[in-house]
Amino acid sequence: MSRMGAARVRMPPSAKRGEVVEIRTLVQHPMESGFRLDNTGKEIARHIIESFDCTYNGREIFRAKLHPAVSTNPFFTFYAVASESGEFVFTWKDDQGGVATATQSLVVNT
Amino acid sequence: MSRKRGNSALELTKHGIHDIHGIHVASRRRALQALAAGACFLIARPATATPDELTAALRETFGERSITRGRVKLEIPRVAENGSVVPVTVSVDSPMTQQDYVSGIHLFAEKNHLPRILEMQLGPYNGKAVVSTRVRMATSQQLTAVAVLSDGSLWSAAADIEVVTSECGL
Repeated sequence: MSRMGAARVRMPPSAKRGEVVEIRTLVQHPMESGFRLDNTGKEIARHIIESFDCTYNGREIFRAKLHPAVSTNPFFTFYAVASESGEFVFTWKDDQGGVATATQSLVVNT
Repeated sequence: MSRKRGNSALELTKHGIHDIHGIHVASRRRALQALAAGACFLIARPATATPDELTAALRETFGERSITRGRVKLEIPRVAENGSVVPVTVSVDSPMTQQDYVSGIHLFAEKNHLPRILEMQLGPYNGKAVVSTRVRMATSQQLTAVAVLSDGSLWSAAADIEVVTSECGL
């Protein structure tokens, strides 16, 4: 159903409490805008990721609504305050029911 | 012969500058010019949005709230060899505390087919209001970032970009 590919997340495995950590995410997706034509002049159907979110121990800390002007293989860098050890869950959803997820754990030292 | 008749048909009513059908010549010319301009607009419209559409998108998103220039830094290359992949970093001057934080960052491209690019939701748990991504720019234009603060105020920055090629179809 979906051509949603691999998702990759890069963030430090551990941090000091209160430290601001950088989170870099990348997912494989064509982000077909729906405005392009194929060789026969027919419109190529729109196929884009519409939403991306990140939760930290169940609490949402970042959400993005994407439009066709986001590049192929959407990439995001954002930050989070390391408040407690736990799990980050990343979810991408496209307009054809495709879903990609990634998880990453963070150990917080006091 | 017929050309002469054509001329004389105009001259017959020269004092009024009307043609043989009694239509005012200058008015007809203006009407035709207006029609031609309208046709061009219809053809050009699907290709790119206009700054007016950016204004419309901003109004649709933020209503009549005023947007102030400042507090937002928008980093994009001055020239993009490939408009399909333009790196963008938006940073907002905010302490990101429980009382004072950035709750949203919106990106708009004035001349893309659809002016809206991306809407992001943030909060104090982000520690700093800095986000990076990659966007598509259909043509040389201005990119606008609008930040929504926890007190409801809106701040923006704009940056020009020159796009050499773009195959994204936007």
